[in-house]
Amino acid sequence: MHQPAWKRWLQQNLGFASALLLLLTIYLVYNMLHPRGFSSAVAVQNANETAAIAFVAMAQTIPVLMGGLDLSVGAVMTLTNCIASEFVNGSPAEIVFGMIATLLAGTAFGLANGLIVVYGRIQPIIATLATGAIAIGLALIVRPKPGGDVDGDLGWALTNSVWDFADTYGLADGGDAWWLRPFADIPMPLIIVILVTVLVWVPFRRSVTGRTVYAIGSAEGAAFMSGLPIARAKIAAFTLAGFFAACGGLYLAIQTSSGNADLQQAGAYTLNSIAAVVLGGTSLLGGIGGAVASLVGAAILRVISFYFRILDIDPLLQPLIEGLVLLIAVSFGAIRTLRVKNKLDLFR
Amino acid sequence: MSQPIVEYRGISKYFAGVRALEKVDFSCRAGSIHGVLGENGAGKSTLIKIMAGVLRPDAGEMLLDGRPVSFAEPQAAADAGIVCMFQELSLVPDLSVADNISIARPPRRFGLIDRRAQVARAEALLARVRCEDIDPNALVRELSLSRRQMVEIAKALGRDPKVLILDEATSALTARDVQTVYDLLAELKAQGVASLFISHRMHEVDQLCDTLSVFRNGRHIETFAKGDKSERDIVRLMIGRDVEAQFPPKPAPVPAAERGAPLLSVQGLAWQNRLNGIDLAVHPGEIVGLGGLDGQGQKELLLALFGVLRDVEGAVVIGGRKGIPGSPAAARSGRTRIALVPEDRKTEGLMLAMPIADNLLAASFARISRGPFIDPARARKAVDDGIERLRIKTGSASDPVMTLSGGNQQKVVIAKWLMIDPDIVLLNDPTRGIDVGTKQEIYRLMRELANAGKAILFYSSDYAELIGCCDRVSVLYGGRVVSEKEGDQLTEEGLIAASLNIDVEAA
Repeated sequence: MHQPAWKRWLQQNLGFASALLLLLTIYLVYNMLHPRGFSSAVAVQNANETAAIAFVAMAQTIPVLMGGLDLSVGAVMTLTNCIASEFVNGSPAEIVFGMIATLLAGTAFGLANGLIVVYGRIQPIIATLATGAIAIGLALIVRPKPGGDVDGDLGWALTNSVWDFADTYGLADGGDAWWLRPFADIPMPLIIVILVTVLVWVPFRRSVTGRTVYAIGSAEGAAFMSGLPIARAKIAAFTLAGFFAACGGLYLAIQTSSGNADLQQAGAYTLNSIAAVVLGGTSLLGGIGGAVASLVGAAILRVISFYFRILDIDPLLQPLIEGLVLLIAVSFGAIRTLRVKNKLDLFR
Repeated sequence: MSQPIVEYRGISKYFAGVRALEKVDFSCRAGSIHGVLGENGAGKSTLIKIMAGVLRPDAGEMLLDGRPVSFAEPQAAADAGIVCMFQELSLVPDLSVADNISIARPPRRFGLIDRRAQVARAEALLARVRCEDIDPNALVRELSLSRRQMVEIAKALGRDPKVLILDEATSALTARDVQTVYDLLAELKAQGVASLFISHRMHEVDQLCDTLSVFRNGRHIETFAKGDKSERDIVRLMIGRDVEAQFPPKPAPVPAAERGAPLLSVQGLAWQNRLNGIDLAVHPGEIVGLGGLDGQGQKELLLALFGVLRDVEGAVVIGGRKGIPGSPAAARSGRTRIALVPEDRKTEGLMLAMPIADNLLAASFARISRGPFIDPARARKAVDDGIERLRIKTGSASDPVMTLSGGNQQKVVIAKWLMIDPDIVLLNDPTRGIDVGTKQEIYRLMRELANAGKAILFYSSDYAELIGCCDRVSVLYGGRVVSEKEGDQLTEEGLIAASLNIDVEAA
């Protein structure tokens, strides 16, 4: 008889399941230790600090699933952050236009990455290292000095709870409608991340293109022999990465009401995105994992940093501890290689 | 007689100047099961790869239903109704069975893959191949090789083939599954599907096919109806008359009783389901050949002895000591030193972009170093000796090894291993794809090594080579030694018959 569905799921998603369990545990303990734990205010603050890295981690996931790396995700986030700080203000129509323009810019940048990788036949890691530097350069042209202006109402509405959102725009009786009650305390950033995931990632995963991304990472030769659209999937993977990075940049602009072409910030986001992808249980070799797993990975990274604030640990220890956690987490993934029967397979 | 569904007209294909197919005219009809026979390297794979859109012919044209076609990629062939099941499976390991079965053309709903319909479709197709035990939601990597092969068959069925190509599609199947596939092929035949069946199992071909074609050296030799020729005739067609290569003289055979203690003795060697109890002994001064068709466990046997495989079972005695080395490093530096010239020189034998000198020294750095540092004078001398001993034609030892011809590259691999002065030399098809002159040098070298008291285990896909070089040949079939030939029994006919696991005398 076939295994029950939940057992099969657990078996096939062991990495993701353990990451999820880890996140739930450390976040629960965090709330118990926090003086104002389990409150909407803490959740809102945490969600705000997590949203940008969550988007960038999702962006990184798709090239990684294909067996590549995108070193430009942090830079594209920074670029779109600067673009948003220039355009997301004015009349409602102008604000909407600015948001669309920001997302389109990031998507277009990702498309360019994909075209370079596929038709330039350049390895993703080096192609995106170069285009990442270009993105930072463009960001510096758009915004030579930190600053900018983002619509204040929008900033308030999207970085607080659902009730605040409704209140700001006078929706649902100013947030007091009975049907909104159960959701009133949920942080808006969380809603946004979930919306983007459901509207973009889930359909992508269930398209032939999305499946091809997995197939390329798993066995590119078999994907080719099965007649899958390989070039299209590669271009789509980088394009989507650009879109998610732009979501991160747009959110950062809304959250901080400004843009900042900060090279170091871009680099840190890129490296953290790789860490988040791995922590979530996605294989760097490709084929296994997903963007939802990376959301969990990003959240784990952030929750670890939250601990420093409430436990009064020297912040200088933060990189050390984050590094140790990452190392321990990825060690579990290496257990698999102990089962390999032909040692030559380890090198393929 | 129905008209041919696929027809080749004068198709030729070359790889780096080497002929794989030469002016082949070939056709197969709808509603037939057509067996393709030939030795290793006869051109069977190239024949079907062209049909399946993986390779493009260099000359000639292919007709489908009487119209010329040219496929740019596998999908184009599949869309035209030519579905191929390759020896190397075309399944994606990290996707589910259902995903794989409907991989390129999944059922959709609102533009997205309809998973439920996909699972239902997989279940229906798996039921057709009587594999209800396979869970459509399982990942392919969780399945055994034989189950994967059945999934591959279900996947091929789901593409509604007009022409179905089975390349060694039954090699890993259980007896029950083989019967299922036979029934299925008979069913498809009744529906007018043309099946091309490539198998090294003679009795399968005999039982299943209605038409047979024999290929040899890239040429289509003959096509005939089943029953028109005896097995003996067919084997003769497969061998043809080849130009004899020059082999060094063999010493007079030593009777088994006088051989003394073997340097390498193997009993009941088993690994996964690729090796199923191999018994073998190699004495000092002896060249023992490994015969049989590709993929019968020869490569795994050599890898096992070299410490590459894990969890190998069986009793192995090397130079009087029990046990298999734990790794290639241990094999190389044990009391009885073992060298392996690997299957693929480009990935396992050489570091292509590195200089010839570094490649030559790769296995013997310990011998030319003082403390932690390489001694340049000794290194230079070792390199010069290696180049001279094998007469490697090189401009400079500092050139990257990829600038050499195939034959000289292989010499570098061999020279590298000779530097450690091995006691046992394992050779995995060392003459594949290299020129005749170098081949002869390798033959001579092998005999020199044997005369110097080394034990040599030599796998070759070329029967003439085995006959010309070896003192004895063990023929492998299904991970077992099925026959051991020496002296007068060591004939091409005998080897081929043993490879196919048939008895020519009885035929």
